[in-house]
Amino acid sequence: MSISVDEVAKVAGLAKLNLKPKKVEQFAAQFNNILGYMQKLNELDTSGVEPLYSPVTHETMFREDEVRMEYSREELLGNAPETDGSYFIVPRIIG
Amino acid sequence: MSEPYLYTMTEIRRRLAGGEVRVEDVVRSCLARMDALEPSIRAFLTRADEEALSQAREMDHVGPTPDSLATKPLWGVPLALKDVLTTRGMRTTCGSRMLADFTPCFDAEAVTRLREAGAVILGKVNMDEFAMGSSTENSAFHPTANPWKLDAVPGGSSGGSAAAVAARMGFAALGTDTGGSIRQPAAFCGVVGLKPSYGRVSRYGLVAYASSLDQIGPMTLTVEDAALLLRVIAGHDPKDSTCANLPVPDYPALLAERPDLSGLRIGMPKEFWGEDGLEPDVAERCKQAMTLAEELGATCVPVALPHTPYAVAAYYIVASAEASSNLARFDGVRYGYRDKETRDLIDMYRNSRSKGFGEEVQRRIMLGTYVLSSGYYDAYYKKAAQVRRLIQRDFLEAFEQCDVICGPVTPTTAFGLGEKAADPLQMYLSDIFTISLNLAGLPGLSLPVGLGERSGLPVGLQILGPAFREDLLLQVGHVLEQRLPRLPLPAGIARKAP
Repeated sequence: MSISVDEVAKVAGLAKLNLKPKKVEQFAAQFNNILGYMQKLNELDTSGVEPLYSPVTHETMFREDEVRMEYSREELLGNAPETDGSYFIVPRIIG
Repeated sequence: MSEPYLYTMTEIRRRLAGGEVRVEDVVRSCLARMDALEPSIRAFLTRADEEALSQAREMDHVGPTPDSLATKPLWGVPLALKDVLTTRGMRTTCGSRMLADFTPCFDAEAVTRLREAGAVILGKVNMDEFAMGSSTENSAFHPTANPWKLDAVPGGSSGGSAAAVAARMGFAALGTDTGGSIRQPAAFCGVVGLKPSYGRVSRYGLVAYASSLDQIGPMTLTVEDAALLLRVIAGHDPKDSTCANLPVPDYPALLAERPDLSGLRIGMPKEFWGEDGLEPDVAERCKQAMTLAEELGATCVPVALPHTPYAVAAYYIVASAEASSNLARFDGVRYGYRDKETRDLIDMYRNSRSKGFGEEVQRRIMLGTYVLSSGYYDAYYKKAAQVRRLIQRDFLEAFEQCDVICGPVTPTTAFGLGEKAADPLQMYLSDIFTISLNLAGLPGLSLPVGLGERSGLPVGLQILGPAFREDLLLQVGHVLEQRLPRLPLPAGIARKAP
């Protein structure tokens, strides 16, 4: 399996990254190398093997859904690049 | 007493609690080390000198209470934190431009527990950006040097933590281990590093890289110190649903219960001990440690971990997939870097992420997005998760024949700065012995076993155990440590120290 420059550009779009053409080419070459190495996994027959997505074995604990005041609006807005004091401000969405 | 920084964490806490030394003097001793050594080591991203000193003066004003050691086991002990752990009111960057100005409004659970135990936070230490890397060269701010050899890497991604402890700028540090990021830098810098079982320590407030692999753990000068630090940070936390609700053993007390290694079966996987690619320095020191273990009563038995050669490939698929999902939250809206030159919302996301994230982070986000994308999910992500199951089974079967497994932490001693930076795959392969443990969720201890004869650089032995048997790893490590020569102060900083 090999990955083309166009596919890398498409993945960059999905990942919300802007890559310069040179970077796309560089990543494509590296991905072919890395994904080529990952083909190793195909040497193994994994039919019938249950995937392991997490090592957690315990059951999820539940708690009462109680309303708590943990942080102030000021604290939560404190790291925002742009706010009006009440809300996060983003560029215009509807033209 | 001699300079406070020369003591281990266990020794200094005893002296602090006994009133033999003041907190301010201990903190000043660490700060003086930082003043002298930071120009060449550069372990810290944020120093909290004033906060630490003012906390120290407050503590000295009250003084230690008779039950300080019991109620506040780290009373007055200065520590460093990997900059991936959130700290209330203290900058948390994750080694990234993306979070260069981020000041959290909450403490990570592990940090809360340190503070409650009386620890003094000296500052935040350097790391590969978002914990992605094996050399601390991927920090957006600057690389960190290895205290043993200033043109060598300290390892990664907890390189700042390892270097700070090795250089005695703090008595211990917290690191995080996703694929070996505590154990590998511990080995490269000659300190003890413990990666706990998945679920042993709450991940609340740990900025996520690969959620099913990440664990917080101690990096210390001795095994006893690691036992003490783990005792403080481990245990159930309702804020992290993956954190296990299991009692926390009294690790330091349990150390005394095993005077030698009699009756202990040590598994020796041939996949870890093959001559291929194992540097003679590493092979020699690790084999000597095994001979010592046998002299102390242990029996070495051969075990098989046949899926080890597939661990690196499975790891990078799983980790990248989880990273692409976790790092989607960095969109420049609520926190983090935002690019000002944008026309619309999508443009803002793209520009902010492209300028805020460094190259390795972008590479892994892209890789993760690709392996999760339609048509490739089964071929990569599901396949990797199935191989992950096979790797876990290898360990479960091996632990039917032995109590712990031993092997080298890394194939080589610390490599040179810049040496592997251009080839991501080669860098990934340096984690070959550490990665499978994270996939299986098991605990592992990296123990310094001496200096390489040729390189003069530290070598680490890895002791692996069944889930939640940190007590056993610490006991075995402690027994070996008592008989191994203690490492001298790092050679690279010998002439610069105060």
